This record gives sequence, structure tokens and C-alpha cells, in this order.
Amino acid sequence: MSDETLTVEKSGAWNDLRIEIIIGTLLRTGVLIAAAVVLLGGVLYLVRHGHEMPQYATFRGEPESLKSPRDIAHGVLGMSARAIIQLGLLLLIATPVARVAFSAIAFAIERDYMYVVVTLMVLAILTYSLFAS
Amino acid sequence: MNVLEFSGLVGLGSLLAGFLGALTGLGGGVVVVPMLTLLFHVDIRYAIGASLVSVIATSSGAAAAYVREGYSNIRIGMFLETATTVGAVVGAAIALHVSGSAIAIVFGLVLLYSAYLSSRHREEHGPHLQSSPLARKLRLNGSYPTPDGMQPYNVTGVPAGYTLMFGAGVLSGLLGIGSGAVKVLAMDQAMKIPFKVSTTTSNFMIGVTAAASAGLYLNRGYIGPGIAMPVMLGVLAGSLLGAKVLVKAKVKALRYLFAAVIVALGFEMIFNGVTGRL
Repeated sequence: MSDETLTVEKSGAWNDLRIEIIIGTLLRTGVLIAAAVVLLGGVLYLVRHGHEMPQYATFRGEPESLKSPRDIAHGVLGMSARAIIQLGLLLLIATPVARVAFSAIAFAIERDYMYVVVTLMVLAILTYSLFAS
Repeated sequence: MNVLEFSGLVGLGSLLAGFLGALTGLGGGVVVVPMLTLLFHVDIRYAIGASLVSVIATSSGAAAAYVREGYSNIRIGMFLETATTVGAVVGAAIALHVSGSAIAIVFGLVLLYSAYLSSRHREEHGPHLQSSPLARKLRLNGSYPTPDGMQPYNVTGVPAGYTLMFGAGVLSGLLGIGSGAVKVLAMDQAMKIPFKVSTTTSNFMIGVTAAASAGLYLNRGYIGPGIAMPVMLGVLAGSLLGAKVLVKAKVKALRYLFAAVIVALGFEMIFNGVTGRL
């Protein structure tokens, strides 16, 4: 390892950057996995329901089975195409949540406890919105 | 039009929206809701749910590329996210209780404002700016790479920026958009953060803000898989494509064209909202 990389690693700003690059790559991977799941569910959905008429002009709301993470998981096990799409969307929603969780760990490693608290506050709001009903 | 044709057309439109959004830097999310409601006659609540999902996809998908450049400031981002996420939850709660027409009118006004902002000339702030004590306490000051090496910057106007961020969160939850324009306004104008730092940090925050309201939309059954599927896949593919072409293309003329489209959609949304057609 050269002297230059050593100084880079000692500097706090560059440490932030390295952590963020890892997190950014994780985010991208999460999005691609989510997109693959949505695509899979989408193909199934179009094969099974492609000839039906779409009904989005009036708002009815989605059935109970497509709302909560638990019910979506149940539908996926039953190979429901709509539930598989919802699972992909749930994974997609989870990627920024995972980023916030990783940031909390990163701040803890840096012993920046003020920002550990700030990050956990954001995480609490996100968890509330996902599971509140 | 059956489900197959509907999905194909919506997917194609979303692809175009994501492509133009990435190319012009205005974001594809702002045109997805008008496209779905005006062109495909989708109920505005379904349209907002689908748009939110696509906003998360583009924000997270682009994050890796943005971060590598070293501009974004995670402390600023995380601190302001306490305001945007609470705002997003409030905005989503408002959306559940007001009429589609009211949402359409607010949406139209935001479209007009975004187009106005994009046409304005931007000036970079001087490096000599004084930091506010609050910004120092919160460790918001940072540095970013320039051609002349790392350039330190100071942050000020924290309470004003924080309040604006709450508003950006409310709009995001209410309209299903990233409200990148308001976020950049808060950081660039109120907090005097360098423009490049503002835009990249804003992109990072958009995904987290949208996730806060998307959870509530999903819980309430406002995210329909049949419509979110083509929108999410289309916008994501379009924006990744747009980011690839961006380097080579001359975007100035395209930017004006896209801004003109946004203005037209803004008036159309307001008209339909006022006459109660949405």
C-alpha cells in the first residue's frame, strides 16, 4: 500500500466517501434485484391477465392481500403474479431503508454518535410508514 | 385496450419520461402522473402510487454513480431527511383525505414552478461565506472536489432550509414526485451549499423521502401492481439509458423543449382540476 492511500484512509472525509461508494453499489444491486422480481411478476401477470380490460379509471384500492408485507409474502408463496410484483416493489422501497440502516452503522464506526441518533430517527419514521396501518 | 396493450403503452411512455428526465436533469417523475391521468385516464391516486415507486428506482439506481464523484454530503442529507420523511408521511396522510381535483391543481402549480426554476441562471456561491453556529454544531460544513483541489464550504440558514425541506417532503408524499426542485432550492438558496453538492445530495435524499410515503401508499392499497409494474420498469430503463447518453448529447435545446412540455402539462392539470375532471 502506498503512502498516498494511507493518508487518504486517515482522512475522515475520504472515509465517508468510501463507505458511501459501498452503500451506493448496494443500492444499485437492490434496485436491479427489485426490477428483476417486478419483471418476473409482470410477465406472469401479462400471460395470465393480458387479455382482460384494465380498470384504473375509478379508484377502488387494492385488496387486503396486496397491502401488508405479511400478506404479500403469503401471496408470493401461492405464485400470485400481482403479489410477486408487490414483493418487487416492497424490495424497492426497502433499498433506501437499507441505506439508512447502513449509514447508522457507518456513523457508529466513526463514533459520531450525534449522527447515529439522527439516522435512527429517520429509520424509525421509515419503519413506521411501512408497518403502520 | 386490454391489459397487455395498456401495459405496453404505459411502459413505453414511462421509458420516454425517464429518458428525457435523466437527459435534461428535470427528473422523469414529474411527467409520469400527468401522462397517466391525462392520457390514460388513470385515477390520480393510482398514478401517484406508481410514480412514487419509479422515483425510488431512479434515485437509488443513480446513487452509485453520483457518490463516486465525491460531491454528496451525507451529514447534510441525513439531517435534512428527518424533515423530509416526516413531511412525506404528512403529505401522504393529506393525499388520503383530499379530492383528486385538489391534488391535480397543486400538481399543476408545482409543474409550472419546476419549469420556471429550470429556466433560471445559477450562480455559484463564494467560498468565503461565514458558517452559522448551528451548522458548525451539526457538523454540516464540508469540502468537495474542484479542478483546483478540494474546496471547503460553509453552511448557513439551517432553520430556513429545514423548513423548506419539510415542505419538499409534504409535496413528495402528496404528489408522488421527488420534489428535487424544492430540495435544491432549500440547499442552494437558503443554506448556500455549493450547487453540485446540493444536486447530488438531493438525489440521495429523494429515494429516502419517497420510501417514507411509498410505505403508507402501499399499506392503504394505493399502489396497484398492474400499473406500477410498467411505470417502474419503464422509468428505470429510460433513466439508465438517459444517463448513458447524457455525456455525448447536446441537451440545451432538449431542456427547453421538455420544460415547455412541463408547462403545458401544468396548465392542463390545473384546468382539469378546476373543472373537476380529475
